[in-house]
Amino acid sequence: MSWITALRRRPAAGYAVVLLGLVTIGVGYGALTTSGSPASAASPGTVSPQTIAQGQELFVRSCATCHGIDARGTAQAPSLVGVGAAAVDFQMSTGRMPAKDVGAQMDRKPVTFTPAQIHAVAEYVASLGGGPAVPSAAQVSTSGANTALGQNLFITDCAQCHNFDGAGGALTNGKYAPALTESTPKQIYEAMLTGPEAMPVFSDTTITPAQKRDIIAYITRLRAEPNPGGFSLGRIGPVTEGIVGFIGGIGVLVFLAMWITMKRRKS
Amino acid sequence: MSETQPSQDLPQEDGHQSRAPHRVIGTPPPAQARRVLAEEPGTTTPESPRELPASPANPAKAKTAERIVAALFILSMLASIGFIAAYVGLEVHSVDATLRSNLALGLSMSVAFLAVAAGATIWVRNIMPDVEQIEERHTLASTEKQRAAFKKTFTEGAEASGFVKRPLLRRTLIAASVPLAVAPLVILRDMGPLPGTSLRHTVWRKGMRMVVYGPNTPLRAADFSIPGQMITVAPEGYTENQDVLAKAVTIIIKFAPGVLVPNRPGQPGTIMNWTVDNIVAYSKICTHVGCPVALYEQTTHRILCPCHQSTFDATNGAQILFGPAPRPLPQLPIGTDADGFLIATSDFHEPIGPAFWELG
Repeated sequence: MSWITALRRRPAAGYAVVLLGLVTIGVGYGALTTSGSPASAASPGTVSPQTIAQGQELFVRSCATCHGIDARGTAQAPSLVGVGAAAVDFQMSTGRMPAKDVGAQMDRKPVTFTPAQIHAVAEYVASLGGGPAVPSAAQVSTSGANTALGQNLFITDCAQCHNFDGAGGALTNGKYAPALTESTPKQIYEAMLTGPEAMPVFSDTTITPAQKRDIIAYITRLRAEPNPGGFSLGRIGPVTEGIVGFIGGIGVLVFLAMWITMKRRKS
Repeated sequence: MSETQPSQDLPQEDGHQSRAPHRVIGTPPPAQARRVLAEEPGTTTPESPRELPASPANPAKAKTAERIVAALFILSMLASIGFIAAYVGLEVHSVDATLRSNLALGLSMSVAFLAVAAGATIWVRNIMPDVEQIEERHTLASTEKQRAAFKKTFTEGAEASGFVKRPLLRRTLIAASVPLAVAPLVILRDMGPLPGTSLRHTVWRKGMRMVVYGPNTPLRAADFSIPGQMITVAPEGYTENQDVLAKAVTIIIKFAPGVLVPNRPGQPGTIMNWTVDNIVAYSKICTHVGCPVALYEQTTHRILCPCHQSTFDATNGAQILFGPAPRPLPQLPIGTDADGFLIATSDFHEPIGPAFWELG
């Protein structure tokens, strides 16, 4: 075992152990916090009173603590009267609701409800009054969409927050515009329709359903785009590229300078 | 000019010795101690002792290094030939072909330079001797004698040329050079017309419809009725004119009743006469350096600039909450036409975008 002792006594051993520890923690954390696949769509159909009753039961059990027993809101959470089925479906199918804790913003996380349960709660909330309905599969289909117009609209009205590549970005007071890399077409449609949290509303009278499909087509098409440098670097543009360029490039230059000027060992 | 004499205060051999640094650990001993020739009996001391050893300290290591360096130089040569071959051989008539060509050219050129540099470094480090040498700095000033000689030459030259004694020549020469110096300044005039009032105006005027930028469709106030809505609009008829859009692009935001803060005398706020049914229009061009401000948080009613995080309060006449922007976003007076479509009722009443000299 002398080689282990020899390795341990090398000057770089300490750094190597710290680096190994950091990598292990980072990879472990990343593996544990990876969010699950988003729930598939609840099939829209006729709404039976039983569905609404089931939804109400689920609501009282899982949502009423914050939103109130009658869904009219409390000091902690807003009223859900009139938000519509689309808002509920967006919040629950992305795992944002039920919330784990009340922070600056709800994070996307693994979905805890089945599509049928989400459908039931959405119909219950919709029965309280109005609001946009959950879009059908045909409404969010991107076949034949005008990706160019979608890009134009996305760059004009979405990219400031969500980044030109849909990678998301920071807002004020800990809020952020989430990345759109995992969003399903239906969730993107619902988000535009209902304006979750800090996001503005893009109603069908302003951005028509066809134009919404164009935007969705652009966002989903982006995911298939190749990364010209070989690495995506988070696709957030100059920030990561600059960090890599600076640390990588300058680091290499520093090491080269050290190598050139290094004192020669006595031979 | 007299011949330069060696400065008297240059260090002598003894002084040099006393000022030499202590030997640095890891470096070979000073050259003096390595003068093996002088130690041999029977040989005469050379007048100027060798300062650098003729052969490397470790011949075996130097031999290895020599091979590596030669290999690197040959690699560089091959890479350079490859660069020429890639330049001549690779087509650049399509995007993909250009990408391949760029990759080949960049890679071969990098390897060519890097191999020469690495070879040179290894050469220096492993074959050339590593001897510290000290060269004392010379006195910067010339000697008294040199300065006196220069002064004499200058004065004699000035007198002989007649520059002092013939004022006519002197003055006409100065008269000739003044217009010559002014000429380049006159050329600056052609750097273009001054912007005039174009920085103070956009194409917005009374009755011009606002269209949703992208699909370029006009928008009814009734179709923009949900609080929390925001959209980018452009002046109708100018949606393809980037020069116009660069100044005229505008965002409109719909607020719930009672959220907007009306301006009062001496107080900042939203000019309510310029709004329609709680719809407010602001210039989308940041007053800092002109980035598009469209990060609108419908919960806090803040408008953020993505470039430098300037934050404006959309309810309060876009007053600055944070960031480097020097003044609020200009508000555009809007109304509706007979068909209910959103229109501008005039141009912006103040210059949009970043400050400029004449803005004051």
